[in-house]
Amino acid sequence: MASNTKIEIKNLDFYYDDFQALKDINMKIKENKITALIGPSGCGKSTFLRVINRMNDLIENTTVDGEVLLDGENLYDPNVDVVQLRKKVGMVFQQPNPFPKSIYDNVAYGPRVHGLQKSNNLDELVENSLKSAALWDEVKDRLKEPAFDLSGGQQQRLCIARALAVKPDVLLMDEPASALDPVATAKIEELMAELVDDYTIVIVTHSMQQAARVSDETGFFLLGELIEYANTGKIFENPDDERTEDYITGRFG
Amino acid sequence: MMQRKGLDENIEKLKNEMLLMGSQVEESIEQSIEALKNQDIELAEDVLERDDKIDEYELELEEMCTRLIATQQPVAKDLRTIIVISKLATDLERIGDHACNIARMVINIGDEPLLKPLIDIPRMTDIVTRRLKESLKAFVDFDVELAHEIAKEDEEVDVLDEQILRELLTFMIEDPKTIRQAMSLIFISRFLERIGDHATNICERVIYMTTGDWDVSY
Repeated sequence: MASNTKIEIKNLDFYYDDFQALKDINMKIKENKITALIGPSGCGKSTFLRVINRMNDLIENTTVDGEVLLDGENLYDPNVDVVQLRKKVGMVFQQPNPFPKSIYDNVAYGPRVHGLQKSNNLDELVENSLKSAALWDEVKDRLKEPAFDLSGGQQQRLCIARALAVKPDVLLMDEPASALDPVATAKIEELMAELVDDYTIVIVTHSMQQAARVSDETGFFLLGELIEYANTGKIFENPDDERTEDYITGRFG
Repeated sequence: MMQRKGLDENIEKLKNEMLLMGSQVEESIEQSIEALKNQDIELAEDVLERDDKIDEYELELEEMCTRLIATQQPVAKDLRTIIVISKLATDLERIGDHACNIARMVINIGDEPLLKPLIDIPRMTDIVTRRLKESLKAFVDFDVELAHEIAKEDEEVDVLDEQILRELLTFMIEDPKTIRQAMSLIFISRFLERIGDHATNICERVIYMTTGDWDVSY
């Protein structure tokens, strides 16, 4: 089954002051697929990820040129409500960053901000979000406890639950497992495989094996350019570009 | 380009081991046919003895490949090279088995006078051993063109095999007492033909290793 394009990036340039961090990126991200972005530090992959939910707006002196279409609508259109956009495009970061609140309140935070009150089945939403993040069974009896009492891996899944609670379409993950041990990493990867049925996932990772394991599509960035973007099997078995090959085989110098 | 010491050195080692295995196998083929020409039972027995060593090479190569995949997580060309070496080890081991099969036929024939002077079998042997050598050369040099060229030459061997079969059939029809030896010679021809097929496999794998695409049209 051919999948639809969820996000289309057209001729995207991005600048921090005078420094051009992304150069003429064109990319179609497929719906209900996991797209991995790989590349050496400073290649622009995280910048690119933040372009997709306009997180870079928070950084001063940045300029965006080109179009980012989510379901065909340009995110950078002046009429776009950034808060609504970030509701549609959730994000999970490298370090688990729960709020200094209870487990329950962490997940309920987003829905509350968007106007959902206890009477509107907030409990159910929290439960479902925690279930989707494969955390429910571990925390159902301690929802009022502080989120910081959870282990690192559990905190990260809590952050995923928090992102899911506002029912996004897209989940951006910036090295979501790099601070976790192998067992917690495996859980996050398993979770991604489950979530992809309902969400479009874009993940930045430094672990080549992780990209190869979890993703459907892989994009390789280098010095702000998208060098190669193709099916993950193709990238890891027989990439077209020599620079991709050098990078994924660990010979990039 | 930066080197990956652990991986690059080990792939180099794998290649060398495989070539050593290849030269053992080549020697087995040549000796088995030499033994046939001279009806030299002792030489045929040498071929049988060498088989243990060839089997050991195969096992060692398989183990090295598995360990490299487990510890180095090779991808792209590295991965293809290792996978292909593991498959080549199997091809070479089978070729070694066919050389042994030929040696056994030589022992069967013993010192009974040959039905006719050997012409086509040595010709076939020359082609087959040359193709094997060239296919391994294509492997070492990642030479896709050579691999295609050698793969194509399989046709010649098949024609000779057919020809040998037809000729020996006429002997058997004329005189049933020749059947025993004629059958042995037909088997030998068929074993050589199988060796040729393995050389073709090697060429196909070299093409895959180098380009990433399987071309199994041969």
